[in-house]
Amino acid sequence: MKELLEILEELHPEVAFEEETALVDDGILDSLDIVSLIGEIKRVFDVTVTAGDIIPENFNTVQAMMDLITRLEDED
Amino acid sequence: MLFTSYLFLGFLALVLILYYVLPKRAQWPLLLIASYVFYFAAGAHFLLYMFSTTVTIWGAAVLIDKNHAAQKAYLKEHKEGMDREALKAYRSSQKKIRFRYFLAALLVNLLVLAVVKYANFFIDNVNGVLKAFGSGEGLSFVNIALPMGISFYTFQAIGYLVDVYRGNTPAEKSLPRFALFVSFFPQVVQGPINRFGEMAPTLYAPHGFDGRQVSFGLQRVLWGYFKKMVIADRILVAVTAIFGDPSHQGAYVFVGMIFYRLQLYADFSGGIDITIGIAEALGISLRENFNRPYFSKSLPEYWRRWHMSMNAWFRDYIFYPLSTSPALVALTKAVRKRFGAGAGKRVPLYISSFAAWAATGIWHGASWNFVVWGLTNWFILMLSEELTPLYARFRKMTHTEHKRSYDVFQIGRTFLLIGCVNLFDCHATLGSTFRSFASMFTMNNYHIIGDGSLLQLGLSGLDYVILAGAWLLVLAVSLVQRKGSVRAQIEPLPYAVKYVMFFGLFLIVLLMGAYGVGYDQSQFIYNRF
Repeated sequence: MKELLEILEELHPEVAFEEETALVDDGILDSLDIVSLIGEIKRVFDVTVTAGDIIPENFNTVQAMMDLITRLEDED
Repeated sequence: MLFTSYLFLGFLALVLILYYVLPKRAQWPLLLIASYVFYFAAGAHFLLYMFSTTVTIWGAAVLIDKNHAAQKAYLKEHKEGMDREALKAYRSSQKKIRFRYFLAALLVNLLVLAVVKYANFFIDNVNGVLKAFGSGEGLSFVNIALPMGISFYTFQAIGYLVDVYRGNTPAEKSLPRFALFVSFFPQVVQGPINRFGEMAPTLYAPHGFDGRQVSFGLQRVLWGYFKKMVIADRILVAVTAIFGDPSHQGAYVFVGMIFYRLQLYADFSGGIDITIGIAEALGISLRENFNRPYFSKSLPEYWRRWHMSMNAWFRDYIFYPLSTSPALVALTKAVRKRFGAGAGKRVPLYISSFAAWAATGIWHGASWNFVVWGLTNWFILMLSEELTPLYARFRKMTHTEHKRSYDVFQIGRTFLLIGCVNLFDCHATLGSTFRSFASMFTMNNYHIIGDGSLLQLGLSGLDYVILAGAWLLVLAVSLVQRKGSVRAQIEPLPYAVKYVMFFGLFLIVLLMGAYGVGYDQSQFIYNRF
């Protein structure tokens, strides 16, 4: 979780990520942010987020992102 | 064996009859035989190219899949005792093995494609450089015929390889079954580029005869023939006359540009209607390739609605992996640090889409015209992305957000914009493309539109009337399509009405299809890609 928060804070230092519940739906993370984020997740966690996983529900909260990463790690 | 030949119609009828008469377990093998016969008819030696793609991709995918399975089994047994670093190291070592299989098959197939499709383009450019440095002796061109549909089936097979490598789809263990996926005759010529995971369930499944499904499929085939033979092959005569003669400039280019748009849509979407219709009659689902693209209000929207399967391919297999690649992630970080968040997050988009559009251009053909065509698309798309907030403000200020008239303006603007970009497709060289583009604005000969000059382009007044009527019918069908499948909407009509409609359409194709004495059955435009 700590590593993910570091990535997110680097993208948007002004956002309190852990308090947000609709990061994508509220437009805090746009499509360009998501692309950068997926690249970072791949680098840090060594998991590949596939195009099918790019849906708002997977990126709306930090917990949802963490769940996605855990699921991808388990699938490997 | 062109789709528009009597031989093909006979072949199709035979395949359809056998498909439903033979035992169900013989259905997919029958399709494989039919596909290889169809491909053999294009040139016996072409089969070698297709077969080498089939075998290399199939073999690599099976090896990758085996490694995936071995990794899973190993981790199931040992995962508990491994810490995160050890897990990472193990996964990485296995991934390296899979990557080797993947890369070997990828390179072999790209090399084959490069040699048959791009060798002469490469030689031509090398000769250009040699000439510039004063060397008179250039390399001689190679004489290799382009195997039918090679860009389509190679990309479809590579897409499958990537899917297996990513673990998104299991590998097909049977070589003959995989060979059918690569060679399936309705789609091998011009796509759509399908995904194994989507196509396999209906491709190999046994299908009982379903009259409604067969009838729906054949209705779509008929509609495809209508677009191809009544519109595309007719208007082709005028397009060829305009762009084949360099003296046709100014207004002629404008008319030719619009005619070419109509021809390209009728030709390509008509061909795809025939393809998807045949597959539907066989109970097989293929990807859609068009979603009424000429109603698009912007270029980005157009590219989501035109040649959708190719776009999705470049998005999923080039744009997406590149934009999340380690090198671009590092570059994004560096740019963000130096120039701020706004610049940083544009890096993956700009670079990856540049690569994807350059590849899309070169995929279309071995010429600089296509490369510039791709990059022009890229430039307009990026500009459109940057201007989106400005447009939104403009529409708010001018209160045109919900105005229908503004939508119509946008549709017209997008149509003309794509027309201009597609001029690259109508000319062989960049010089002639730019010359003809500029002449539309500098030459004042627009009187030719009304003074009968257009009747000198090989089309008679009657041809223009037929074209106008046929195009209105396509437009009407597109409008009805907004409420869902046109065929499903026609279905509840009384039998007599339906009979008159379909028999009428059949007669139109038969009587007004652009053929007859001295008329060449023409290839589909996308066959050459």
